Amino acid sequence: MATKTDLAAPAGAALSNEEILRYSRHLIMPEVGMDGQLKLKQAKVLCIGTGGLGAPLGLYLAAAGVGRLGIVDFDVVDLTNLQRQILFSTGDVGEPKIEAAAARLRGLNPDIQIDRHETRLTSENALDLFKDYDIIVDGTDNFPTRYLVNDACILLGKPNVYGSIFRFEGQVSIFGYPDGPCYRCLYPEPPPPGLVPSCAEGGVLGVLPGIVGAVQAAEAIKLILGKGDPLVGRLLLFDALAMRFRELKLRKNPECPVCGNHPTVTKLIDYAEFCGIRGEEAPAPQTSVPEITPRELKSRLDRGDDLFILDVREPHEYQICNLNGYLIPLGDLPKRVSELDSSREIIAHCRSGKRSAEATQFLQKAGFRKVLNLKGGILAWSDEVDPAVPKY
Amino acid sequence: MPVKVIIPTPLRGYAGKQESVDVQASTVGEALTSLTTRYEELKKHLYADDGRLRSFVNVYVNDEDIRYLQKDQTRLKEGDTVSIVPSIAGGASRAEK
Repeated sequence: MATKTDLAAPAGAALSNEEILRYSRHLIMPEVGMDGQLKLKQAKVLCIGTGGLGAPLGLYLAAAGVGRLGIVDFDVVDLTNLQRQILFSTGDVGEPKIEAAAARLRGLNPDIQIDRHETRLTSENALDLFKDYDIIVDGTDNFPTRYLVNDACILLGKPNVYGSIFRFEGQVSIFGYPDGPCYRCLYPEPPPPGLVPSCAEGGVLGVLPGIVGAVQAAEAIKLILGKGDPLVGRLLLFDALAMRFRELKLRKNPECPVCGNHPTVTKLIDYAEFCGIRGEEAPAPQTSVPEITPRELKSRLDRGDDLFILDVREPHEYQICNLNGYLIPLGDLPKRVSELDSSREIIAHCRSGKRSAEATQFLQKAGFRKVLNLKGGILAWSDEVDPAVPKY
Repeated sequence: MPVKVIIPTPLRGYAGKQESVDVQASTVGEALTSLTTRYEELKKHLYADDGRLRSFVNVYVNDEDIRYLQKDQTRLKEGDTVSIVPSIAGGASRAEK
């Protein structure tokens, strides 16, 4: 594990004149004032992830003057990140996120200490990483890490400011607060990998993590100040399309295996196993469907073979790019199967080859004999045959 | 009686892409049955094979979790809102895959 600390001025019990000027809009507000600003300066917050949620979290916590800010990430900045991860610039693409994030935060506020933890959070390192911080903010993107963060916070008795997003909807709450509920009280178990929305239904409105992450930052700052009503025992739901916030009651479950009266989880477990997957992402389903590579398909098309290209993506994906295929989204295939001619050879494709593998399997079961799945989908076609086809 | 069921984003694809569905029901169980009869595909996303509500799907009547009311038997009154709230995990870099 690579942990680097950028030391700023030692955290004293007073603010310098420059700090007083920097934080003046806090200082003139009775809810913060000098006492509150000094609490912020002495606070230690660990932010898990520097992605969509981590970006506004890091920026606002650094701007607010949180004296010690830890960030955990192991990823590299990618062009697709920039649509929402406002910590990064175009010039950061290809750079380790942790370095790009630390540079940006240091530029924003050189008076704070930034701890860079360039590592994947695991059951082995979580307790050690968390122990030095007062508050953990969860900006991760997968179920195993969310349960890991939850359990580690409960075991250490630290509050966990939770936020999660999907497409244009978000959830925020605080777990691990004394006598408050935890993530397992809300959701005892994660969904099995097959049931979580696949790439077909993924995506996120770029501004959504900005709103949800900013709400998390506000809650973290309120916890530090000890002001207001923390989002404990309440689940805040946000829908950006409807532009509506709703609040649901969240209760501590006395039977909770981690924070209940008789806990059965007393140390960190294997969270990949708990979530039914190996590794961070669910592996592609083991399919043994017949395949064709992009190059084979190209040469057969060039030869003039009679092939029927079936595109099983969504209409909005077809608009991005297509191989001139016949479009039937995977979900519509059962009711539109009669549109297909089983006497012709069918090449099914999608973006990455996963949905079309399901389509191929479905068609085989429906009695189609000559169906091949385009291996690697449009992504592989772009890599191996025609780079003019954009990847998305 | 008429009640509104709010469909969460991840499940809208299985419910005619609608944000909410109006049903006639006097209990939560009836409301969900009416919903899954109309949208059969929703069923496997809400219920496990043993017929129980899945543990990553919570159901609320207004702002109360039915696990702390009378579960499926929770009575509904006119104008109540039933919300289905599944767990979502997104937040960082790989949400788009």
